[in-house]
Formats: sequence, C-alpha cells, structure tokens
Amino acid sequence: MARKLPKKDVVIIGLGWTGSIMAHELTDAGLDVIAIERGPWRDAPTEFPPSYAQDELRYRIRHELFLRPDQTTFTFRNKMSETALPIRTWGAFMPPNGVGGGGVHWNAETWRFLPSDFVLRTHLTERYGASFLPDDMTIQDWGVTYDDLEPHYDAFEYLCGTSGTAGNLKGQIKDGGNPFEGPRSRPYPTPAQKQGYGHTLWAKAARELGYKPFPQPSGNMSQAYTNPLGLRMGPCTYCGFCEWFGCGNYSKASPQTTILPVLIRKSNFSARDNSEVTRINTDSSGKRATGVTFVDSQNQEWEQPADLVILAAYSMFNVQLLLLSKIGQPYDPTANTGVVGRNFTHQAMSSVDGFFDKSKFNFNPFIASGAIGMCIDEFNGDNFDHGPLGFVGGGYLGQVQTNGRPIETTPVPSGTPKWGAQWKKAVADYYLSSLKGGSIHASMYSYRDVYLDLDPTYKDRFGRPLMRMTIDFHDNELKAAAYLTDKYADIVKAMGAEKVDKSPRKGSYDVTKYQTTHLNGGAIMGADPKTSALNRYLQSWDVSNLFVLGASAFPQNAGYNPTGTVAALTFWAAAAIRNQYLKNPGPLVHA
Amino acid sequence: MRWGPVWVCDMLLRRRDLLATTACLLLGAVSAKAAILHERLPWLPNTADPPQRATPGPWLFFNGAEGRAMEAIADRIIPPDPQTPGGKDAGCADFLDRQLAGPYGRAEGLYVRPPFMPGKTQQGPQSKDSPAEKYRKGLAALDHACRSKYAGKTFAELSDGDKDTVLKGLESGDLKLDGADGKAFMEQAVKDVQMGFFADPIYGGNRDMAAWKMIGYPGARYNYLDWIERHNERFPLPPVSITGRAEWTPRG
Amino acid sequence: MRSRIVSSIAVGAGALLFCVAGSYAANKLDGQDFTQVERGRYLATAADCTGCHTIPERGRPFAGGRAIETPFGNIISPNITPDPETGIGNWSDDDFDRALRKGVRSDGSMLYPAMPYTSYTKMSRDDVMAIRAFLSTVPAVRTQAPPNTLPFPFNIRAAMRVWDALYFTEGEFKPDPQKSADWNRGAFLVQGPAHCGACHTPKSFLGGDKTADYLRGSYLQGWFAPNITNDARRGLGGWSVDDIATYLKTGHNRVTAATGPMAEEVALSSSQMTDGDLKAIATYLKSIDGGQDNPAPVRADDPAMVAGQAIYRDVCSACHGIDGHGVPQLFPSLADSSMVRSDDSTTLIRIILRGARSVATKDEPTSPAMPSFAWQLDDAKVAAVVTYIRNAWGKPAPAVAADVVGKARTDLQPRTD
Repeated sequence: MARKLPKKDVVIIGLGWTGSIMAHELTDAGLDVIAIERGPWRDAPTEFPPSYAQDELRYRIRHELFLRPDQTTFTFRNKMSETALPIRTWGAFMPPNGVGGGGVHWNAETWRFLPSDFVLRTHLTERYGASFLPDDMTIQDWGVTYDDLEPHYDAFEYLCGTSGTAGNLKGQIKDGGNPFEGPRSRPYPTPAQKQGYGHTLWAKAARELGYKPFPQPSGNMSQAYTNPLGLRMGPCTYCGFCEWFGCGNYSKASPQTTILPVLIRKSNFSARDNSEVTRINTDSSGKRATGVTFVDSQNQEWEQPADLVILAAYSMFNVQLLLLSKIGQPYDPTANTGVVGRNFTHQAMSSVDGFFDKSKFNFNPFIASGAIGMCIDEFNGDNFDHGPLGFVGGGYLGQVQTNGRPIETTPVPSGTPKWGAQWKKAVADYYLSSLKGGSIHASMYSYRDVYLDLDPTYKDRFGRPLMRMTIDFHDNELKAAAYLTDKYADIVKAMGAEKVDKSPRKGSYDVTKYQTTHLNGGAIMGADPKTSALNRYLQSWDVSNLFVLGASAFPQNAGYNPTGTVAALTFWAAAAIRNQYLKNPGPLVHA
Repeated sequence: MRWGPVWVCDMLLRRRDLLATTACLLLGAVSAKAAILHERLPWLPNTADPPQRATPGPWLFFNGAEGRAMEAIADRIIPPDPQTPGGKDAGCADFLDRQLAGPYGRAEGLYVRPPFMPGKTQQGPQSKDSPAEKYRKGLAALDHACRSKYAGKTFAELSDGDKDTVLKGLESGDLKLDGADGKAFMEQAVKDVQMGFFADPIYGGNRDMAAWKMIGYPGARYNYLDWIERHNERFPLPPVSITGRAEWTPRG
Repeated sequence: MRSRIVSSIAVGAGALLFCVAGSYAANKLDGQDFTQVERGRYLATAADCTGCHTIPERGRPFAGGRAIETPFGNIISPNITPDPETGIGNWSDDDFDRALRKGVRSDGSMLYPAMPYTSYTKMSRDDVMAIRAFLSTVPAVRTQAPPNTLPFPFNIRAAMRVWDALYFTEGEFKPDPQKSADWNRGAFLVQGPAHCGACHTPKSFLGGDKTADYLRGSYLQGWFAPNITNDARRGLGGWSVDDIATYLKTGHNRVTAATGPMAEEVALSSSQMTDGDLKAIATYLKSIDGGQDNPAPVRADDPAMVAGQAIYRDVCSACHGIDGHGVPQLFPSLADSSMVRSDDSTTLIRIILRGARSVATKDEPTSPAMPSFAWQLDDAKVAAVVTYIRNAWGKPAPAVAADVVGKARTDLQPRTD
C-alpha cells in the first residue's frame, strides 16, 4: 500500500541532464520541486576521484557506472515475425543510472542539429520528390525549427562552457568552424580544445582533399570556466578516461559540474536517490496526472502527488513508463495507428582503422579527451546532393579518437591473427602509430517496422513487462554507411597510412556491437496528435500536465550526438512552461 | 588546550567508522540506501571505493588442473618472447581466476531471468551459464578432448605446436568439444587473457606493467596538459598503476 | 542562602525581563529598537554564536546542546534562547553582560573559556546589549542541554578563577589613535567578537593563549588552524587585503579554499559580514608580525623529494596542476599556499588522508572537494609528497616524517568530520 507524501508543485522523474535543467528552471520560477532518481548520488570526489577513476577494467569493461541489466533491461528482435529475447548483458548501448544520468560519463560531444533536420520530411520532399523516400520511412517534421531552438542551444552551451570554433555567426561563415552549421547568435563560450597529432594530421589531409575541417564542439573545458550560475570548472587535462568514466577533476560538463551545487542550495528543491518511479498516476478521466508512485531501496512504495509531472528519464524509459501508465495510445505497426513507441531510432555507426609506420608516426593516443578531434560535415544531413546516390541522411566524419586505453584500443591490421606471437608483435608495433575507429556518425531515420512496445514474456524485478525493441537496419542506412566509410577511408589514406581497414555498418542490427547510446523516439514531438505523442513544447497531447523530455521526442535521429538538442529542447519546454503554461495550465497547442 | 565545537555526530557515520578497515570505507551497501538530497552536496570524509585488489596466493576459483590448463592457454594466446613475458608470467591466469571468483564470474548484475531460449547471434548471449560455469565446463571439455586426441595428455602437457593446433581448431570450429561450445570458449578465452594482459596490475595480470611497457602506454595518469601539443614525440614518463610505481617509495 | 536571594532577585528581574523580552518579540519594533536588534544580529553573526549554540541541521537556532570538544572532556553549549526555564529568558541584562564579558554565569559560577569571554570582553556593554536584544527575538525553545562530561577535577568551575587570574585580561577594546579607522575596526573584530585567536593562537598546556605567538596557528581536534599573521612563508604575507577579504566572504580566493571548521565559520559568520568589515579584518591581520625565519629547503635529491615528485606528478597534478598552481577559485595553489608550509602539518596530512569538502557560499557555490587518499598512500608516501609540495616551488618548509603521518592517521581514525 503506497504511503502518500505531501504534495509538491512539480515532480521530476529522473535527475540527469533534462531533469536537472528543468529543476533549475522551475525552482527559479518559484515552484516547489522534487526530483526522483532511480540510481545513486554520484560526485567526483567520492565516486570517481582521479585516484581510481582511471580504471579501464572497472569502468569501461565492467561498466560500473551504468545501469545493471538485472535492475532492468530490454528485449530485442530484428523483425516483427521473430521472438524478442532479453538483452542479458549490454552491448549495442549502455543506459545510465544515477544522479547526473548519462551526463556523468558522456563524451561531452556537444552538437547542434542542422536547420534542415528539423523540417526533414518537408525539406527532402521538396528537394528530391516524395518518391525518393522509401515508402516505409516514417520521418516527420519536428514542429519546431532550428531558429526556435537557437537561443536554447546557446543557453546550454554557455551553461556547459562548450569549447569550440563558430562556423556561422549570425549568417556570416567563419573560417575554422563548421561552414554547414545553422547560424549561431554568438561564439562558443570557450575556445576549441587543443588537438593531438592524429587529429591534426587528419584535418590537414581533409583540408588538402578540399574539405573544411573544424574542431569538434566539446564539453571538456579547453580552459577554466565559470558558468552563468557561478559554478567553476577546471581545464580538461586530456587524461583519456572520459567517456564511460566520471570526470575526476571538474572539467567535463555534467549536471554535477554545471547545475547541481546551485540547485541543491535552493530551499524549494529536494531529490530522492535510489528510488524508482514505477507509474505516473492519472485521475479517473485519464487526462490529468496526479503524481507518481515510486519504490525506494527498502522496497517501500510511496506516492508523490504533484500538479505538474515532468518525465525526464533516459529516452527508452520515458516510453516504457508512458506505456505502463497507459498514457497515450500504443503504436500498432500493422494497423499503423497509435503513437507511443513509434519512430524508434538509434545511430548507424561505422569505423575505419589506419595503420602507420611507427618510425615516422607517434600519435600518443592516450592523450585525448572525450570530445577532442577534428571533423568535417560535408556528408551530414542534406549537406550534399543525394540525387545520384540513392539514399538520404548522412553524418559527420571525425578523427575524434578519445583514448589509448589498452584493453579497448590496441588495434591490429585486418588479417592479423587474433592471438599468438604475430598478434603480440602487431599490437606492440602499431599501438602508438595507429588510428582506431574514427567517428562515421551516420543518422538513422525512422521506419514503420522499427518501434518499441511492451514485451509479452519477460519481466523486470517488479514484475512489469520489459520494453521490447524491434529494430533492424534498412538499406538506406547501410548505403549511407558504405558511402561515408569510403570517404573517411580516403582521408586516412591521404594521411599516409600504410594500411586502411574499413568497417562500414553491415547486415542486421546487432545488440552485441556497441554503437553509441543514442536511442531516440518512441514518444515523439510533432504537429499532429495522430502521429506524435507530444506537441511542439514536449507537452503530452493526452495529459496536459505532463511533459516528456529527452531524445524520446526525436521523430528521427540526425547525424550528430543528441545531447545538445536534448538540452535545447528542455530549455525550450521550460520556457513554454514558465511563460505560458504556469499562467494558464492546460494544452498549449490545440491541434 | 584546544577548544572548539565537535562536529555533528551522525549515527550512520559512527557505524561506518567501526566497519572501516585501514581507514578505507566501502560505500557499496551504504549508498544503496535511498537518501534525500537537500540544501548541501553530500559529503562523507575518509570515503573511497577503491578497486578490489587481487591478492597473490593460491587459486580462488580454478582447481589445479584448470589452473594449469589456463596458464598454458594464456601462454599460447600471448607467447613469451625475450622482451616481454607471455600470458602465464604476466599473470593472465591469475587475473582470470580472481575475476571468475568474483562478481564477473557469478554474472552479477546480468539479467538471468527465464525463459532461456536460443536466439540469433545478434540477440546476444542467452545461456543460463555464468562465465564461471562456462570456464569450468570449457576447461574440463578441453582436457578431455586433448586426452582423446593426444594419447592421454592434457592441454598443458602438449607441445607448443600441438597446443596451437588445438586452439586454432577451437577457433575455427573444426575441433568440437563435448559438453561445451568450443568456439565460444576460445573467443572468450582470447578476450579474457588479453584483458588480463592489459588491465591495471592491481587485478593480477600485467605483472610489473609489462604489457604497458611493451606498447608504451603510461598507465593511470591524469594530466597531459603539457603534452597535448607535443606532436610526434615519445612520452617519457614510465607507466604507473592505480597503486603507484616503484619510484613512489622513498629510497634510503 | 545567598544564592536563594540572588535567585529570587533573578526571578523578579527575570519576570520583568520576560515582559520586556516579550515586548521585543511580540511588538512590531520601532525604528530605534529595530536598529539595536539588527546591530545585535550582526554582532552575533560576527561572534558566530550559532556556531557553538546551534546543532546544525536541527533547525533550532541557539537552543544549545552542541558538544564542544576539549582535551579535558566535552562541554555542552547551553540554550541561549529566551525560554525562561531552560534558556536565558530569566537573566537580567547585567547577568548577560557578566557572562559575555567577564565569564560569570547568572548563578555566579564560572564559565569555561570554551565560551570565548576572553575575547568578547573587548566588546562594549552597548554591543552586548544589542546581542541580547537580538537573542530576545529568536524563538524560545524549551530544552535542557545535557550536562558536561568533564571529569574531576575539571568539573570544578571554581578552579576557573585561578585560570582567569593567569589568562584573562578583562577590558573593552581601546582604539589606537596612531592607526587607521580600518585597522582599529579590524583589531576590534579580530580581538573581540570574531575571536580568531581562540583557534589561531597557540595555547599553553593549561589552555591559555601564548600571547607571544599571537595568531601564529594552533592545533585543535585534528586540524591545524594556520598562521594568519603577515608571515610571508607561513601566514598571509603573500595575500593582499583583497585576497583575505574575498576568502572570508566567499570561502575561496585565488590561492586556497576554506574547509573543515573554517568552512563552517565562513558559512555562518564571515560570509555575512560587510565588505568593509572584512577589509578591516584583513588590514589588521596584515599588520601582525609573524616573526621571520628561513628554514633551509629540503634538497631536491633527498629521497623524500624524489619520491614525492613522482607521486605529485602521477596523482596530485590532476587537479593541482603540473606547476603546482592549481586553478584559481577551484583547486588550491600549493605553490602559493602558506597553509602547506605550516610548522604543524596536521591539516595538510588530514586533507590528503580523509579528503575535504570546501565551503559553498552564495558567491562561490561550486564547493569542490578533495578525495580521500588514505587507501592509496601509506605513511612514507604521504610524508614524501607532503615534503615535496612544501619545498618544490620556492618557499621552503621543514620535511615531514612518516611517523608524523602515522600518528595523525591514528588520531584521525575515530573522527567523524
């Protein structure tokens, strides 16, 4: 029997990036806010100090900072005709858990999407004609534009101290930056990070091939920074233990370094950790949320009533909670009805390894940060003519090698035996003179038969159905992957590599092969309640005092890391709540 | 004479101090309790959750035969050479022994609810067996297969050439094991041995940071601000483990 | 007999006071009363009454009950809310003044100098009455503080008369006409309500101030309150007036951060004082001579220095920088820090072993924390890296031996802060 707690103005489910930003905004507006986080409190001095944070086995291989599948996981199948089986150990992605969420252990690659990304269907139809797009591709316009979001991208970048070089300042293209980016109102708050030898040489080769390389926008500080809340960060020291790891010296943007120390001092804010929300409660009409039910670490059930519910968990868990709480019509891929679960996407990553003469090249791969690197955007989005190519979409190409951690990053040329004396020699020969992976960060567009729903068989520790992923790659993405991989390989070759090994994304979607934790969609935003779960302000069409933040709102994925856009949308929704909703609670958009 | 207010007596802290060993507190159990975060960032002095070090000594998981087999496998996956020890002397079997005796071996944290059904490779491992169980079965089946094929010799007793033949056979699938998936076993063994080779020495492998010295990896360092723009130069400092290096101890 | 007469007078006076106190609390205060209460609030903040008389996070300001640790046992702070039975509601103005400026309780018994009457004596009667007026406005709390746990013979208050004769010089602050108004204000604050010497002046074995070593630093409860004279090497000689004022106001400056008991002081007291007062304190402190000495630096090839350098480069430089200068307002500059060069290295050792959270204030909310290294570094290694950071960057300091670290490690073990 759930015990009822005193009512709050706002309950926020999850205290990661979106929960922290929204809590900061709503406490600023004077509201009484409680956040409920499934995982533990985390902070650098006690959870990832620079005395033992640099432990590859513990954090990169055993994933100690991440969600444990036995706490909850998903089931997976490629096609509707198959039986989904549980993801018993993480592979293709790695969900976060704890205060700070993925913001604790992300790379801090901080991108904006392209203006055309937000009006994708309109844009591609105009340029290539409707029949150019596959019939079962379900891409949509977002309902917001890049211009709507620009001030909010800016707000996030200044919150984080993002290090970069602007490429488009108020319409003026600037040398050294990304010439394809949407116009920004002001420069990055700090200059771009310094680059290593491999990154620099790659950029030189790219330039010589006629591309316009620029430094990756980085939430690892290029210099000490004080953000608008008065919080201080130190300069990144290029330790090479960034993504998968917490930052030990306050130099990676995270909720802990950019928001929480100020948020926690506010008398109108509190949070509970190690408490999992199991249900969003609604009244008898089903149109109004009354609060949430959560379970603490002692397995005690509690009810937290609130006037406004913000669902700010990791994207997939947003969708699962909506389904379990029976909010919104579940998507049926056969009938093509319903909205919750549709337009589920991931990323279509490819890689290229380059091997160089060790007597001439020493890349010191262990000196790097999570968002270091040089990129080109010529092959992202619709920045290039897809007409003759027979696919849509793309991604940035970047020599963004983040580490030389030896369990993970001791590449050998293809054809080398996987063990034995030759393997050992190849590892030693190439460790300092190889470039591993690169980032061929291709988009994944949405399809009718790629979706989320509840599994009929497998349950979590509360006995609730796990979320089921039905996902496979379509020809469009595989064609794009092959094309982009070839372009990337050309640059590595032009650098002077002895050998270039290409690994374009191929075949079926494989839950054992990691390719970012950028899972999106399932509770998408849009202009039409028949094909979206949320309106343009991320407000639920069905329950007007519920907002759902995160990449679950993306109608399709773009060729960039999502966090910048996730955060911008959160600031955008917060502004709508503060300026419109609070004055007049109710639906903000009448469809 | 010293005067001054004593700090707040928090009963929780007191209890934890009693449990402390060598001034080191393991937060694990305590941080699993739900707490309210309000007014100030949490802080506990003398708090750390350092890695669980592998202590030297007899096998914790392997029996004698398994240990011998695993050392022999490690020495073929990473053969010794004049510059760098092989998998055995680097401690890769010791590493794996400690790992299998611990949470990794027990499949702690993984989703182990039924039903267990075979799936496509893309759906990931679906076996009920934990890594520890897989190694028990695999090592037993390996020695059994060797005895049949090589006149009663266990894997460890074979010549290096024969060992390689066996391992290649497992890798290709040509050599099938009775009661274990030989191909999967070999794939995992390669991963685990190489992991032990390159992990921090506190875990039992990479003895004396031999693997790190082999490749030129400086180990658990954190500040390269003075080196990021020194391109194409050999980094001069020796590798350091999480628990340090020889130079940390004052000599004399 | 005498005490009953005293107490009945006290009751009578107390009843009168209670009415008056009631009117303080109940009435909307007129301009003059309001000013006195606000002046009293400010002085109480400077004097940090709440630091001893409020148990943190219990939400009952000035209700006492906090244990003050002394080598002789714990002294429990009394309830100083206006409650007539368990607080000071029944005290007369004279009672209150005698307690603060003479060290005598309302029943005539002696206060232990855990109550810093030896400093508060510098205040005027007007000052004390203002504090009284402020305290009369706080909510009355009915709670009896538990008794002290001082063992015999320290529980004999009468013995304090002897102590007072040795160590207590009664008397208001007398400004020095040769000095500036700022200096005088600073001197009044430091010697008087802010009672800095209570922690920062070393003590004799009986617990009295070693006045010859005024503000040159003192050990208390597992911390070393550093030298805050103008000593260039061990004190504030390298700090400007602004550096000091910024530190007191925000808890951080370009060199270092307040942690431990000083973090509490900043949060409760100096962060709420005026900029002018903080500048005055700084001006005064910069005028205090710390004596000079120049120890020989430890040689760079000393085994401790060699080992310390390796440890520093591999571990500490992650935050404190390869050049030892840290990051301003975030990670202390070991190269510039005078606390690092303290004669008594307790604070240095305990921060390394146990970690420390720096204070969060409105102006500096980041509150970065240093992690605990006790599990990673044994006594010899801590001694080596401490010796190294004390000598690596120009200003030298004596080496620290491994057994000093070992003793500190043992002493700190039972502590909860």
